[in-house]
Amino acid sequence: MAWFKRKSENIKTDEPKKGVTDGSWIKCDKCGELMHKKQWESNFYTCTKCGFHFKISSDEYIKILFDDDSFKEIDKKIKSVDPLGFTDTKPYKSRIEETIKKTGLYDAIKTGTGKINGDEVVFGCMDFAFIGGSMGSVVGEKISRAVDKAIKLKKPLILISSSGGARMMEGVVSLMQLAKTSSKLAKLDEEKIPYISILTNPTTGGASASFSMLGDFNIAEPDALIAFAGPRVVKQATGKDLPKGFQKSEFLLEKGFIDLIVERKDLKSKISQILNLIKN
Amino acid sequence: MALNILEFEKPVLELEKKIEEMRKMSDQLDISNEINKLESKINDLRKNIFENLTPWQIVQLARHPERPYTLDYIYLMTENFVELHGDRRFGDDKAIVGGFANLGDQSVMIIGQQKGRDTKSNLYRNFGMPNPEGYRKAYRLMKLAEKFNKPVITLIDTPGAYPGIEAEERGQAEAIAKNLFEMSKLQVPIIVVIIGEGASGGALGLGIGDRVLMLQYCWYSVISPESCSSILWRSWDFKEQAAEALKLTSQDLLRLKIIDRIIPEPEGGAHRDHKKSADILKGVLLEELQSVSKLKKDKLLDNRIKKFGEMGFFKD
Repeated sequence: MAWFKRKSENIKTDEPKKGVTDGSWIKCDKCGELMHKKQWESNFYTCTKCGFHFKISSDEYIKILFDDDSFKEIDKKIKSVDPLGFTDTKPYKSRIEETIKKTGLYDAIKTGTGKINGDEVVFGCMDFAFIGGSMGSVVGEKISRAVDKAIKLKKPLILISSSGGARMMEGVVSLMQLAKTSSKLAKLDEEKIPYISILTNPTTGGASASFSMLGDFNIAEPDALIAFAGPRVVKQATGKDLPKGFQKSEFLLEKGFIDLIVERKDLKSKISQILNLIKN
Repeated sequence: MALNILEFEKPVLELEKKIEEMRKMSDQLDISNEINKLESKINDLRKNIFENLTPWQIVQLARHPERPYTLDYIYLMTENFVELHGDRRFGDDKAIVGGFANLGDQSVMIIGQQKGRDTKSNLYRNFGMPNPEGYRKAYRLMKLAEKFNKPVITLIDTPGAYPGIEAEERGQAEAIAKNLFEMSKLQVPIIVVIIGEGASGGALGLGIGDRVLMLQYCWYSVISPESCSSILWRSWDFKEQAAEALKLTSQDLLRLKIIDRIIPEPEGGAHRDHKKSADILKGVLLEELQSVSKLKKDKLLDNRIKKFGEMGFFKD
């Protein structure tokens, strides 16, 4: 028995309902919360209610991490070619051209140098919007050059992963980008230069089986999917139900494969803190 | 036996059977002329078939259930093989085998994925699909080889790293990444040979070396043609097109500069003559070992990182 009762089911107004479709509102993919775009942006592109971390682009990470105007992009215009002459439902060449037009990006990673709270670093950040953040020759080459730059400048390397894995349309050449990035990181390691790997949602397949897992520090954003074989593949192969939270950041922390989970708002200060602790 | 014959092998095998029957009769009749004729016909036919294999047919040969596997090569090529087990962390993965052995007059560490030949042995070997402890065992054995200054030979033959729940829990991605990283700076020569299937990260996890060689009828790619078909065409029916598109044969890989050398197989494929396959491979390995052993350690490692560092095609 209720203590009190509403007279009518809903509050009625005379005005018609206001639309929220003018593009200034964002709906959370996870909890459905509506946020104003400004609010969402100032909350580091995370949900104001449940903390869900939205996928964001390299430009947004650069804004979040780097001191004002300190970031300088390098190797901007390296572009994919089509080494295999690959065609599935459409030719790889036109897929690239269309994606470049659609996203304004040249490939799935942006690299450069900049300052994080005054410390100069070499930086690379993947863009999931470019063919699922897939890793082909351009991603491999840009990471490889970023490593060379870090060795030359003797500055730390930071890479942010957001990738579905190797780029199938480059076949075995894309597989070799795992080898390429890992062997360049082995060289960086010999030079005793720090490498921080930041794993965001999702980091799977070729990326996780190479550079993303090889950080001196592996940092993950909360609730990110981090896996070798994605959940669908595992389920199909084993026919078993997957454990709760399987392949999420928290799961990987528990299993011992990442050092820490850091919310996006704390990413910059945490990177600074670590860099300061290992400085000479 | 009949189950293990591929469609395109049939014409040759039928003629071979015929010859055998004729030979049985030849006690009573002189038909050596006919036999000779038929033999040359078989050779022409085989040559014609094997020179025009489609990529999908090559994938089928690479998976042939009677193809020699890692342990077959080890037993046929080496002496005094001592198999070593376990990653000292979790367990012993049966899908990767390895140990010291004598190849010719030198001692080497030889490691490879191992498939089974029937249901029972396939379950035991997990169909040649390693778990993380397999890659970690391989890493441990490589470090052992480094300690005793012995070259490493890896034999690759896997349909992929196992995509299981436990494999993910134990860090399949990290285990493979770590091998790529550590193999890049291992202080002894490494020779990699693809002897069957080279499926993606699961293959590459043993695939960094100073020389990368490939048997003639093998495939090596980022994904199997079946999975590629299911992802890009959203159907399993395009595996032949996918095999074509992926450029996964030894000829393609040599052209793309991913491998250094193609090792010829006996006529009709390695499964037709294990001994001969092993003899050919052994000869090539001895030759390659001699040439990489000449390099100074620094040069060897510089070359190795440079070799993989230069892989890729792009426009600057």
